Amino acid sequence: MAVAPAAWAGAFTPEAGGSPNADEIDRLYRIVLYIAIPIFLIVEGTLIWSLVKFRERKGGPAPAQIRGNTPLELGWTIGAAVILVVIAAVTFIYLGDIKNPASSGPAGLASGVAVASLDQPAPPSDGGKSLEIEVNGQQFVWRYDYPGEQIFSYYEMVVPTDTTVTLKIRASDVIHSWWIPELGGKADGVPGHTNETWFKIPEPGVYRGQCAELCGEGHADMRAQVRAVSPEEYTAFVEERAQEIKEAQEGLAEQRRERATEEEEVE
Amino acid sequence: MATTPEHAARISRLQQARPEVVMHGLREEPRGWLAWLTTTDHKRIGIMYLFATFLFFILGGVEALLIRLQLAVPDGTLVTPETYNGLVSMHGTTMIFLFVVPVWAGFANYFVPLMIGARDMAFPRLNALSFWLLAFGGIAFYGSLFFEPPGAGWTSYAPLSDDAYLPGGGVDAWIFLIHLTGLSSLVGAINFIATIHNMRARGMGWGRMPLFVWSILTYSYLLVAALPAIAAAVTMLLTDRHFGTDFFDANGGGDPMLWQHLFWFFGHPEVYIMILPAFGIISEILPVFARKPIFGYKAIAAATVAIAFLGLLVWAHHMFTTPTSTVVLVFFMMSSFLIAVPTGIKIFNWIATLWRGSIMMKTPLYFAAALPALFVIGGISGVILAVFPVDWQLHDTYFVVAHIHYVLFGGSVFGIFAGLYYWFPKMSGRMLSEGLGKASFWVMFVGFNLTFLVQHSAGLSGMPRRIYDYPESAGWWGFNLASTIGSFLLGIGVMMSVVNVIVSIKKGQKAGNDPWKGNTLEWFTQSPPPENNFDVVPRVRSVEPMKDIRREVMKGAEPAGTVAQPVASGT
Repeated sequence: MAVAPAAWAGAFTPEAGGSPNADEIDRLYRIVLYIAIPIFLIVEGTLIWSLVKFRERKGGPAPAQIRGNTPLELGWTIGAAVILVVIAAVTFIYLGDIKNPASSGPAGLASGVAVASLDQPAPPSDGGKSLEIEVNGQQFVWRYDYPGEQIFSYYEMVVPTDTTVTLKIRASDVIHSWWIPELGGKADGVPGHTNETWFKIPEPGVYRGQCAELCGEGHADMRAQVRAVSPEEYTAFVEERAQEIKEAQEGLAEQRRERATEEEEVE
Repeated sequence: MATTPEHAARISRLQQARPEVVMHGLREEPRGWLAWLTTTDHKRIGIMYLFATFLFFILGGVEALLIRLQLAVPDGTLVTPETYNGLVSMHGTTMIFLFVVPVWAGFANYFVPLMIGARDMAFPRLNALSFWLLAFGGIAFYGSLFFEPPGAGWTSYAPLSDDAYLPGGGVDAWIFLIHLTGLSSLVGAINFIATIHNMRARGMGWGRMPLFVWSILTYSYLLVAALPAIAAAVTMLLTDRHFGTDFFDANGGGDPMLWQHLFWFFGHPEVYIMILPAFGIISEILPVFARKPIFGYKAIAAATVAIAFLGLLVWAHHMFTTPTSTVVLVFFMMSSFLIAVPTGIKIFNWIATLWRGSIMMKTPLYFAAALPALFVIGGISGVILAVFPVDWQLHDTYFVVAHIHYVLFGGSVFGIFAGLYYWFPKMSGRMLSEGLGKASFWVMFVGFNLTFLVQHSAGLSGMPRRIYDYPESAGWWGFNLASTIGSFLLGIGVMMSVVNVIVSIKKGQKAGNDPWKGNTLEWFTQSPPPENNFDVVPRVRSVEPMKDIRREVMKGAEPAGTVAQPVASGT
């Protein structure tokens, strides 16, 4: 079997470890799971016990002609409701930390933009700084637009560590869904709408994911990668990338001019 | 009908719930294929429904096995991405619209009139129309195999399903399937509603109606409530595709979210449409085989209605990852939690029905008991998915695929097989083989769990659904290989039951009228029942009329043989 032992460790819980929201989702999931396991065992246990113990036997007791038991029935109805109320309460306790972006750490990118705009529903809880990246899903690639100068990249998003990164997720053709499992839940990019999520990566590393909404024949290949680097390296990346894009645009302009000249000559 | 005084006296005696089966001998039932094509007999229509839907079940199963073969190893090359999307779309659509929903119409057609003591459905010709609309829907859909199958999944999310992205005719074939099977279900639902409201035997008040009939009544009302939404949605999609409208196109002022709301306003009730009749069958089978009354009859009937009502209020839990405000997500989380309560009540009631019974370990009981055992897993994963922050991780992954199959295969399909093994003797007059039936059960049970249990782990490890391949580095190979092996076991298990049916229909042991000592009126007549079902419909005095009738016979100390004597009709 090609399954590494490491893969088995995560076989019962969602992916986590890259960002606090993913970790909180993992915790919330575990609480619900731990509530569910005893219920599962009780139901299956009673069912199997009944099937073994009460099967027809020669000389066995006659079947009990019971038609119901109101206190018992009320009891399990209320019991089930109470358990669900508990799960709802736990969800509300964890919701804030999952949904609202945390604030950037002290080692985060210093030049992060303070969140002030009204269309950002959930600023970092203590008004800290964050970096906003626009994510655009297209058949079959992800495009990222970084703040500041006109910088973009495809497939791989580069972000600074210890910095809260908020994502504005859109799609320009069909619906796509942004998802890097270790960095938290998914958010659909729906044409005509803007969706939001965030992450904050403490240590440098590479996190992989892929589009999670069927978007056509290339859906399985619409992969994405987030590379977390130190804030210094991020700044260097921004400069380098800006230079690359500038050069590419100049090259393109050059080509266009040459083409135009050629065409004039032909005429 | 001329009636002699003796005959009238006899009928009067019979109506005091004397165990009298049969009568008829009026005219021979027509034979030959033309008789089937033109029939309006609810039993023949029921058989045609069951036959057609099982054919589609096999087709959908073959598509599933191709999907599993493609995913058995990383970077699979068995099919192209286009074909894979076609397979996924065909599999889901077939299983839902051409198997599970209409198979219940098949069972209900055959058994609702028998269980309520009626001689046919309220509108027999409308009933035939339902079947033929279904058949043509299936043909229109499978016709797309010859040009281009649909590729947007069974949910056909816009704008992927719009002509800009899938210009081929597959999506159009899908739209016609939705319209035709939708009409079929609507017409059928109205027929069931009319039949159940108006044609119950004397004495069968709401509190004495069999729980399967309760579930079919609820199924019918849910269909009437939910189908118009999808009929509207696919019509809008059709005009978007061909007549230049922009209902779902953001560039033209439309909204892709509208599709999702309309689709799931139908789509979630659809889940209960598919599972409630299975719950109904289980509620019939468990008491018969435990030789005990159903525990909490009223609670189960009430829970059925409550599930149906709440089922109309949970649709957006399929949309937790869309751009939607948190308060909406909270509402749909809470409503989804709420629906777990009546569902839990049913499971507890079934177990309490088995408790202190004297359980006959026959094949129908195996399948019936497997339903709560498997459904509880789907129920628990459903509650986990209803916690919307957790759903942000699990949505659109194999965890959801596992969940839906625990609900729809572990729930509905095991229920369908329970119904098949329970009612086959009534429909054919012969018993299915117990040995082969139990072997089929165990192979299916093991295969099913091997296929779908590991899919929870694949999803938790980050595997999205509807991907045609995955790299070895993703670490999902082991789960997928296990799942593929399981799926073939499951396929073998299903085929064992198919063989069982084919062999037993000619060579099975003769069943007699009431092989299981059932509780409900279908066991009062012959196997298979004559064209008019009953000469004399007994007065119903409890929720278990056959128990009363058997007791009556015992009291009268008549030899059992006289019970089933055909009575010469007075005509």
